[in-house]
Amino acid sequence: MSEPVTALMGAEDKVGIATITEGGPLGMITLRGDLSDKALKKAAVAAGGVTMPEQGHCNNEGEKGIAWMSPDELLIMCPYVEVHDRLADLQAKLAKGHALAVNVSDARATFLVTGPRAREVMGKLSPVDLHPDRFQPGMFRRTRLAQIPAAFWMPEEETFQIVCFRSVARYAFDVLKVAAQPGSEVGYFTS
Amino acid sequence: MSTRLATGGRLLKTDKPLSFTFNGKHLRGYEGDTLASALLANDQMLMGRSFKYHRPRSVVASGAEEPNALVNLGSEGRFEPNQRATVTELFEGLEATSQNHWPSLEFDVGAINRHLSRFLPAGFYYKMFMYPRSFWKHIYEPFIRHSAGLGKAPKARDADTYEHFYAFCDVLIVGGGVAGLEAARTAGRSGARVILVEQTEHWGGRAPVDGGSIDGGSVEDHIARTLAELEGMENVTLRLRTMGAGVYDHGYALAYERLTDHQPDAKGPRHRLWRIRAGHIITATGAIERPLSFAGNDIPGVMLASALRDYVVNYGVSIGDRTVVVTNNDNAYLTAITLKKAGLDVPVILDARVLPEDIGLVEQAKALGIRVLMGHGISSVKGGKRVTGVAICAQAGEGAVLEEIACDAVAMSGGWSPVVHLWSHCGGKLRWDTDHGCFSPDLDSPPKGADGMGFVTPAGAASGMFALDDVLHDAHAAADGVVTSLDFKLPRDVEAPKAERREESPMMPVWMMPHGASVKLREKAWLDFQNDVKVSDVRLAAQEGFVSVEHAKRYTTLGMATDQGKLSNINGLATLAGALDADIPAVGTTTFRPPYTPISLASIAGEARAETFQPLRRTPLHDWHEANGAIWEPVGQWRRPYAFKRGLESTHDAVMREVKNVRENLGLLDASTLGKIIVKGPDAGKFLDMMYTNMMSTLKVGKCRYGLMCSENGFLIDDGVVARIDEDTWLCHTTTGGAESIHAHMEEWLQTEWWDWKVYVANVTEQYAQIAVVGPNARTALERLGGMDVSKEALGFMEWADGELGGFKVRIYRISFSGELSYEIAVDASHGAAFWNALLAVGNDLGVMPYGTEALHILRAEKGFIMIGDETDGTVIPQDLGLNWAISKKKDDYLGKRAQERSHMTEPTRWKLVGLETTDGSTLPDGAYAVGEGTNDNGQRNMIGRVTSTYHSPNLDRGIAMGLVLNGPDRMGEVLTFPGTNGKEYTAKIVDPVFYDKEGEKQNV
Repeated sequence: MSEPVTALMGAEDKVGIATITEGGPLGMITLRGDLSDKALKKAAVAAGGVTMPEQGHCNNEGEKGIAWMSPDELLIMCPYVEVHDRLADLQAKLAKGHALAVNVSDARATFLVTGPRAREVMGKLSPVDLHPDRFQPGMFRRTRLAQIPAAFWMPEEETFQIVCFRSVARYAFDVLKVAAQPGSEVGYFTS
Repeated sequence: MSTRLATGGRLLKTDKPLSFTFNGKHLRGYEGDTLASALLANDQMLMGRSFKYHRPRSVVASGAEEPNALVNLGSEGRFEPNQRATVTELFEGLEATSQNHWPSLEFDVGAINRHLSRFLPAGFYYKMFMYPRSFWKHIYEPFIRHSAGLGKAPKARDADTYEHFYAFCDVLIVGGGVAGLEAARTAGRSGARVILVEQTEHWGGRAPVDGGSIDGGSVEDHIARTLAELEGMENVTLRLRTMGAGVYDHGYALAYERLTDHQPDAKGPRHRLWRIRAGHIITATGAIERPLSFAGNDIPGVMLASALRDYVVNYGVSIGDRTVVVTNNDNAYLTAITLKKAGLDVPVILDARVLPEDIGLVEQAKALGIRVLMGHGISSVKGGKRVTGVAICAQAGEGAVLEEIACDAVAMSGGWSPVVHLWSHCGGKLRWDTDHGCFSPDLDSPPKGADGMGFVTPAGAASGMFALDDVLHDAHAAADGVVTSLDFKLPRDVEAPKAERREESPMMPVWMMPHGASVKLREKAWLDFQNDVKVSDVRLAAQEGFVSVEHAKRYTTLGMATDQGKLSNINGLATLAGALDADIPAVGTTTFRPPYTPISLASIAGEARAETFQPLRRTPLHDWHEANGAIWEPVGQWRRPYAFKRGLESTHDAVMREVKNVRENLGLLDASTLGKIIVKGPDAGKFLDMMYTNMMSTLKVGKCRYGLMCSENGFLIDDGVVARIDEDTWLCHTTTGGAESIHAHMEEWLQTEWWDWKVYVANVTEQYAQIAVVGPNARTALERLGGMDVSKEALGFMEWADGELGGFKVRIYRISFSGELSYEIAVDASHGAAFWNALLAVGNDLGVMPYGTEALHILRAEKGFIMIGDETDGTVIPQDLGLNWAISKKKDDYLGKRAQERSHMTEPTRWKLVGLETTDGSTLPDGAYAVGEGTNDNGQRNMIGRVTSTYHSPNLDRGIAMGLVLNGPDRMGEVLTFPGTNGKEYTAKIVDPVFYDKEGEKQNV
């Protein structure tokens, strides 16, 4: 098989008030089911390699992670090359119950927005309260990035990781670049 | 003449001179000047012309309420019309030009309207342009369009960028005067998150100009102290040059920040629109002084008393050497005192009131030796482009001139109106304040939130408090109440500052000066300076029956100019009330709507311009298409190749080549945009039987079936091939445009109606690059890639299989939308481009060519396959299209079933799908109608059908079409007439819609 190619082949922009980088290929599995079900939780934790997140949160360790998407949906992350095996394993474990697990790794693009002004850049595009007291590493939001659906979390302070659909990767990158344009500091979170 | 005083101004940096141009003339000003103050300092009183009569206009105000001093700013990509000189900060190299005149500002031909004003009263346009009817299109409309608008629309592309910013806070405070600062200090001390916005570039509002003392010190010291405290609070955000533009439901507000208007060469966006969610909004928006209505009150040199004072104190600009002050309240005496102290002459103060005793400012003015005439007013102002004098009369009389006094400026004050706009935007009610002759917020009827509680609180002058001590106390109390309601607590030591109280006599409402002014005087007394609405116009409107304030407004255009009546509204409706013998509160106000002052359209668009105007969806093969001659077609937000042009061939030739090549050799189609929805669960089969008109639960694993989806109303909304993946799982293909909407449609039914059915759905459209490999050589190409068995025996028509091809993990569907041997192959999107290239390589000597959407359309039309959006338009049911075979008769129900049994749906006269073959081989125009016998009630020819799809078929070398025709299927062989829009009448024979390979042998090999 060929080498996987991301939508923008790792595009990067460093001229603005935050750095924008397209992430490399990442394994992603959408799991829908009863999140209170023990077997499902166990299988999800095995696939994601981290503990179950609380509502509105995301647990991450490197490329491994689980994000809470809705009352009946999780997003499980893993290294891209492992996704088919992990999915098959997950599906086998859930075969008896009622759940749906599908590979969405290639349906997505990911971006990192980093720097002390990262919160401001995100605050120009997403209607989310990003005050450091209100949005912190570990929290997860499904929202929009200007005109497209997106989800994001903070793997650490000063870093946002964004997931959006692959087809709009170019738009996401461009709109982040506009939001981070030189001279556009807001001074809202850092005076 | 107006000139700069030697004393300098409070806001002026006289060590920083700036140069700028007005109508090409080079002028000089200082940092800290507004364009208005700088023009006045250069004796450039004349700044524009009014809209209707082209009257000479100069500044009347000193702030955001200015109706007159509107200019064009900048040039090319930074050109902007209708900019208020009073709020435009001066910068080096500023270019301004005046508006609405020809050939020049000083000599304007349009001013002839002024002499015709007797013939151009209110409602003139409505009356005049009614008759004769034929004049409207060719004479009146072009004339009105020519004269519409003061400024000209920019022609060049905007050189700047703009952005939004989402902010959340507990308390948003609009207005950075002493009230706003005090409210922010109080709210800030409670620990609440506070945003304080101020529209100008200075904190403190007009309090420093009006003087007084706070906590024993100067107003300026108090402001500096408060600011220092606020700047030390981490929970408080302070923004200058940011206007609270609008208040909306649920504590939502817009604030408009001007970042580079005063420094156009600075980096970054020009404007930022703050989209704020606030727990509570405090409007500390101050008050606006009202003009007085007397004859000649629009002549340059007549100005609001407070504005005249501002120019002297803030910018060191004197409007004239001799200023007559005319007033109905104490406040304007400040102007007289200020002028006198600056060494300028005030020949007289005309006070419409007769006061029993001289106290406060009146006493002070008299002590300075200023002549005060009580019970007097202005009969008329003398002068044309400049004030030369005033004729004095008794306020109580009809305007008989008692005395004429020479002067070159008039300072007028009709009292103050609180700025209630933001309070009112979301439904806050007003009450009439008899003492101050103004509307104030009715605190018992605030705009209410979801919890039924008010979410806006006015503070200071915006709340109808005019004495400095009242303003501070009110602002403090307002903020205290607000933070308490939000569960914050104030430390005990936080108290309102105390200001020294001035003794004051009550104001007296004056809506016409003199009270009994004759028609002649009323015709020269302006209410709306920009739109040229006079007292006489409003009275005429009342006389002609426009008794509602909203109707009178539209009839006279009062308050409809770019300033939205900030100066004219109250005077106008008081005049209307007077004419109707009604109380002012009974007449009411017109509706206050956002934005408070105009904001740039570009700030509303924000980042949505140029490359990021809207999201454009790209398939994994987009870049290849772009590099290989794709002509793009927008399909939803996707771009799909319409055709791939080679060399110099035309697009039409490219399409013909692609269609023929698919039938003869091998075509590749990027089908990645087609929707792919996984439906899984024990009840998935039952669910799909409801979604589709045909049976999906009986589909065998490994097989595919074409299905139709209808809305509840029976109309066809989507179609596609469904594949059964395993016992519990189906994959539904949708149209490109239907992927998201059908996914949402499924979720809606599952979440709202069948919430107890065990079904999960997931939209996996973008997970796959899907490529259709089509044509007689398709199988050979796939065999060359090597891997899974793609023979007829292993993978028959309407079957699917997982496997590997050329090292790629693939899922192959043997489905055909072209009638040819066809494989639709899905690979993970990240490998899509590589797989496409592998197909091109193995197909090289098999005649492989990519083909676009137009070839796809022709190929399906040759086979008589319908297309959602062509054969359907939201009013077509499957039965109209002869798709009865795809409607299960065994099922009890499916979405649309009952609707399709309604009488209108079963009527035999519904137009039905047929093929159409032109008699001369030409191509029918798209959308053409077939005409029948006779005419309808409107005298139009009766119509009996229409073309839904029409193409030139290169394989048949003739025009082919499909259409919906009355009794169509029963009229095979009949010839219909289709009038074209080009004068030609087309004739076409009704035929079977399948034009090519009727038996379907080619796809089933």
